[in-house]
Amino acid sequence: MAYTEEELKKELETKEYEYGFYTDIESDTFPIGLNEDIVRAISKRKEEPEWMTDWRLKAFASWKEMKEPEWANVRYEKPDFQAISYYSAPKKKDKYESLDEVDPELLDTFNKLGISLDEQKKLAGVAVDIVIDSVSVATTFRDTLAEKGIIFCSISEAIKDYPDLVRKYLGTVIPPKDNFYAALNAAVFSDGSFCYIPKGVRCPMELSTYFRINQAGTGQFERTLVIADEGSYVSYLEGCTAPSRDENQLHAACVELIAMDDAEIKYSTVQNWYPGNKEGKGGVYNFVTKRGICHTNAKISWTQVETGSAVTWKYPSCILKGDNSIGEFYSIAVTNNYQQADTGTKMVHIGKNTRSTIISKGISAGKSQNSYRGLVQVNPKASNARNFSQCDSLLMGNECGAHTFPYIEARNNSAQIEHEATTSKIGEDQIFYCNQRGIDTEKAIALIVNGFSKEVLNKLPMEFAVEAQKLLEISLEGSVG
Amino acid sequence: MELKEKMLSSFIALEQELDLSSSVHDIRSTSLKTFEALGFPTKKDEAWKYTSLAKLLKNDYSIFPKKESSIELKDVKKYFLYEIDSYKVVFIDGIYSPFLSDTTHDGIDVCLLSAALSKPKYKEVIEKYFHKIADKEESLTALNTSFAKEGAYVYVPKSVVAEKPIQIIHFSTGEQGDFLLQPRSLVVVEENAQVQIIERHQSLAAHEVLTNSVTEIFAAKSALVDYYKIQNDRDDASLIDNTYVAQDRESNVNVHTFSFGGKLTRNNLNFTQNGEYIDSTMKGITIIGEQQHVDHYTLVNHVQPNCESHQDYKGIYADKSVGVFNGKIYVDKIAQKTNAFQQNNNILLDDLATINTKPQLEIFADDVKCSHGCTIGQLDEDALFYLRTRGILKREAKGLLTYAFANNVLESVAIPALKTRINKLIATKLGVNLGHDL
Repeated sequence: MAYTEEELKKELETKEYEYGFYTDIESDTFPIGLNEDIVRAISKRKEEPEWMTDWRLKAFASWKEMKEPEWANVRYEKPDFQAISYYSAPKKKDKYESLDEVDPELLDTFNKLGISLDEQKKLAGVAVDIVIDSVSVATTFRDTLAEKGIIFCSISEAIKDYPDLVRKYLGTVIPPKDNFYAALNAAVFSDGSFCYIPKGVRCPMELSTYFRINQAGTGQFERTLVIADEGSYVSYLEGCTAPSRDENQLHAACVELIAMDDAEIKYSTVQNWYPGNKEGKGGVYNFVTKRGICHTNAKISWTQVETGSAVTWKYPSCILKGDNSIGEFYSIAVTNNYQQADTGTKMVHIGKNTRSTIISKGISAGKSQNSYRGLVQVNPKASNARNFSQCDSLLMGNECGAHTFPYIEARNNSAQIEHEATTSKIGEDQIFYCNQRGIDTEKAIALIVNGFSKEVLNKLPMEFAVEAQKLLEISLEGSVG
Repeated sequence: MELKEKMLSSFIALEQELDLSSSVHDIRSTSLKTFEALGFPTKKDEAWKYTSLAKLLKNDYSIFPKKESSIELKDVKKYFLYEIDSYKVVFIDGIYSPFLSDTTHDGIDVCLLSAALSKPKYKEVIEKYFHKIADKEESLTALNTSFAKEGAYVYVPKSVVAEKPIQIIHFSTGEQGDFLLQPRSLVVVEENAQVQIIERHQSLAAHEVLTNSVTEIFAAKSALVDYYKIQNDRDDASLIDNTYVAQDRESNVNVHTFSFGGKLTRNNLNFTQNGEYIDSTMKGITIIGEQQHVDHYTLVNHVQPNCESHQDYKGIYADKSVGVFNGKIYVDKIAQKTNAFQQNNNILLDDLATINTKPQLEIFADDVKCSHGCTIGQLDEDALFYLRTRGILKREAKGLLTYAFANNVLESVAIPALKTRINKLIATKLGVNLGHDL
């Protein structure tokens, strides 16, 4: 055998976070702390109209009244909200005219991330909006998209250029008072992506946002708003990384999806924030609110691969408001070392003939804790609602934990709901079978884990599927209990 | 006066008639303090998210019986499983009824908790077992403990097999007005011993009755305990049943809960497995309608390796009834090779019926097989059609199918007479004519 178990464990522990570099870009960072003045200052810096400033202040006022939620199955040291800087932007000249003017250090960062802004790479066919620390630094392909009438830009630009659209939809799916982190985000979000697909348009390429926390002592609060108008289709990708730091960084994002009649949104996330080192020091706190609303015949599909973050608290949800609407949730959550994840989804069936599917795969290794928490709610008028949920957990080693907390509330007698969950480990016989055929233990585990996650990996767009598989390998090799 | 205040002030009245020097009384006072601090659970408590006691707690319950009431056997005979010979421990409005009971000290002890608490010969057992596994931080259990003085006491010594089943029945006559009952029972089954127990709470006349019962069951090495709860009360009676089971190695405890009646029923069923090779079974059938509410809250603590647990709960909900199932399986780090299964199937018969279910797994060991399945659905249209092509009325066909859906839980009932009785109950409840007397 090429590997012994011990070696594997060791390698797993010391496996370095590939994206743990820090780019020395001069940045413009606000002093730490949070008060009304900071909220105003952020708004002013973003040159926002007055209604936006008021919206933020209102959110801030309600945030002050709220308490940090404690119900999640995660233990962590509460972030000190007064010790975070709420705005950090790479320092720049007013606007970039072309890529040549971009800070070469920044370009280097993109290259390290494997995102190239170079022209030839545009053939890859992915339009990217990149958000570093809190500010969107580059959006590619904008003109091509504009021809189709698609708006894809940073949300601060959208507030300036398309105030009517933003004002109409911002906060309609996740109201500023929704929860503690959503309120915080609403008050201090500094940037994010905005996307509008006009009626009947099928977006010709994958849209993508790349988030990165670069500066120390900052929090990242981005806000994404995707609106798919009647009969349109869009596939949206999101990726995240952060440098390795000893301290915990906070990431509290909001993602709102609006699928109008007959529209379809596919939202995929590969989350790879810095998970902390093997002693559990450092890492990103990832407290994210994601929610989409489906109107008649619309469909929202969430796919996520969660491998990073020290603490994850994330429940991408679908409100199936319109008749015949469809919600889907496919998730792989991997935790290793001291990572903790409490993630799942909410499917709220309101319209008739609504359908939802939940496939959740949790993989825990090391000393990590991995929880699935989900809600399937069928309201009294949602006749013929259909739900299928499957939550499988895989445990590696005897110091980790896997938990499921599914909530099922059915208030309509025509609802059909099925839920099943299993917990198991990689069988010694499975490994033995592979070994017997000359596949070493490490490869065998990768193989089995891939098979275990296949249903979800299949749902990812091509470009991401490759990256996700690589990520899984990094986080998962080895450690047969 | 709020019920909580009433309870607190009634405690002083209770103290007048009790031996304050006994160690049990310290337990009572401590529990009262716990209850005072916690109060009654509200919907804000995660464990009570789907069940609200608020309405029930508004009633002005009597806490102690004002007078002794008697009942004729012929009036209540139907509530007994009279077809077979059995030991009986019967209480009327919380007071032991020697006339209706049939206790024993021959080989096994089937008697009263009040006797066990006061007589020196039971002291050893009481000190070893009383209030040892009941949750000390749970408010309703604490409330029961602080008023604990009467209930059934069952002790089966080593290697003794109880000859006949034990029936524990609590009657509420309604002569006390709205009434709060707090029976407390203790069941100790020593090594290799076996026992079967049937428990029932029955209200006899129109009045609001709330029962907050606590039962502790100890099964020593290789013991076998079959416990059956029959909940088919009047629709103005409510029950909060807290049952705690502790098992030693190789023991086997089965608890069956049949919930057909009552206004609000909450079953807190907790299992702790303190040894290896233990088997625990929890099964339940719930068939309710009108505005009834049944809540099953189970917890299995797997803290030792090589154990099994099986849960199978079926629910049929009609009219505006509400069903809740909350099952938690906890597997400790050292509990390797655990097999834990949980199954919860529900049928909603009417538009306004509601089911909330929350099966939970908390697993810290890796070499385990744990699964839970939960379904909410309707009757199979094809099966219904098939029956109708054979000339069976739609209503009857539906009844037959629901009957079949619930019936397989009965397979594990070990007392044939009880099985027949429950079977009939289900058939009547679902309007099925079985065509022959079972």
